[in-house]
Amino acid sequence: MAPQKPGHLTYADVTPKSVYLDRRKFLRGVGITAIAAFAGKRLYDVAVPSPSVQAGTKLTTIKGPFSTDEKINTFDVVSHYNNFYEFGVDKEQPAKNAQKFVTSPWTVAVSGEVAKPRKFSIDEILKLAPLEERIYRHRCVEGWSIVVPWIGFSFSTLAKLVEPTAKARFVAFESYYDPSQMPLGREAGIALPYVEGLRLDEAMHPLALLCVGMYGETLPNQDGAPVRMILPWKYGFKSIKSLVKIRFVKDQPDSTWNLYAPREYGFYSNVNPEVDHPRWSQARERRLPEFFKSHKTLMFNGYGDQVASLYTGLDLRKNY
Amino acid sequence: MQNYLASKILSSKWTKAVLFLVCLGPLAAIVWPFVRGYTLANPLEFIQHATGDWALRFLVITLTITPLRQVLHLPELIRFRRMLGLFAFFYACLHFTTYLWFDKLFDIHEIWKDVYKRPFITVGFLAFTLLIPLAITSTAGWIRRLGGRRWRILHRAIYISAVCGVIHYYWQVKSAVIRPLTYAAILGLLLAWRVGEWLLRRRRTAHANAAAPRPTPIKVSQ
Repeated sequence: MAPQKPGHLTYADVTPKSVYLDRRKFLRGVGITAIAAFAGKRLYDVAVPSPSVQAGTKLTTIKGPFSTDEKINTFDVVSHYNNFYEFGVDKEQPAKNAQKFVTSPWTVAVSGEVAKPRKFSIDEILKLAPLEERIYRHRCVEGWSIVVPWIGFSFSTLAKLVEPTAKARFVAFESYYDPSQMPLGREAGIALPYVEGLRLDEAMHPLALLCVGMYGETLPNQDGAPVRMILPWKYGFKSIKSLVKIRFVKDQPDSTWNLYAPREYGFYSNVNPEVDHPRWSQARERRLPEFFKSHKTLMFNGYGDQVASLYTGLDLRKNY
Repeated sequence: MQNYLASKILSSKWTKAVLFLVCLGPLAAIVWPFVRGYTLANPLEFIQHATGDWALRFLVITLTITPLRQVLHLPELIRFRRMLGLFAFFYACLHFTTYLWFDKLFDIHEIWKDVYKRPFITVGFLAFTLLIPLAITSTAGWIRRLGGRRWRILHRAIYISAVCGVIHYYWQVKSAVIRPLTYAAILGLLLAWRVGEWLLRRRRTAHANAAAPRPTPIKVSQ
């Protein structure tokens, strides 16, 4: 239609009253629909919590011990750069593929050389002790590191409840594994479910954290929801994710990476700048998201004051 | 008819220009997050993996040209081989530079220790250095200077380079060996095709020699 000068408007150009009223009706309709949609969405959200709601529930915490005052990483880095081979071997895969991972209901079975074997639901674990925020350095065997405000309490709190007997010398941990939820686990190259182990005295050390959250919230699925271990003086792969089984045992248990390549990954896997990985040096580390390896790696990842005494008399070159 | 059209398209100078731009695509994808200012958790790892992947991919693509020419009866494909090979070298250069610069800060002593001590670096270093003479002698002038036969023998180094590249990848991954093994399978196929070709050709010439009348020895008078 060619543009018309205002002078050319005639009575016929006036919007008929019926149409005008219809417009009101239309707008009212839009309003009602919008409200209904909004309410529907709210109802849907309450009935079917989206993964982000489930994973990102706020937690009340107190300040815990051993925190570093180094600059913490952003939540974005810690939740989008993950080694969680059950959800894919690329670092950015777990953030995508773990979205629908079902972590509720969840139980952790504790058994073995204990006086009181039992199961803990995740709700029970959350109420076992006041939740502490602990800001730890986290050093990956691959040569990068992050600083994370984890939430949890010492593993020993849970261990004492089951009363390990005198026969218990080690603790064996096992991750959840369900190929239907974790189809990429088949391509991981490592045997699953993921298993890890600690000497009993290591596990009972107050630094060893039973971790249920980070950054003030419950753990994102890709960071090992709903409960995992954090062992800041050891390489990251020792800090097993999505825990379902804990066994107190007499003999040294298997650990996944040690089974896969014993020459490259030892049972202890304490952070040690003097003992190289056969394929790369461990002397320095890249503090994400930096470009350069500008940080010197510290013995026991800087937790020597706390844990060095656990290893007196042990040849750390042989027991890497 | 179909072949005629394909030949015509392949011979067009525009095709080469378009392919050139396509080959720059991976570079654009690597630079893009930095231009947009996206936070990458480990920017160096991102660049290293992407450049390494593409160096290896271009090596494999370069090696498919000869079999494709024969299987598809499209000799015109040869026009792209040099460019593809040079792109493999280009991405390998970027890959190597990130290692020298960001990982080792140009510390020659450190690099030498690494090359000497760590097999996966050694074999990667070899894969890269083998490509240097090939890139230099990729020009028409060098083919003339060396002579076709010698030039072809020299450029067989690409086979060794590609094999070293795949081993470098295989030794680099922690446990996800499926990807390097996929490269190994494809490369194995491409090299096996060449061996098959060579055997066939040898048999054919042997047959031809047997069928042809023996040349009568020439008596050289004293």
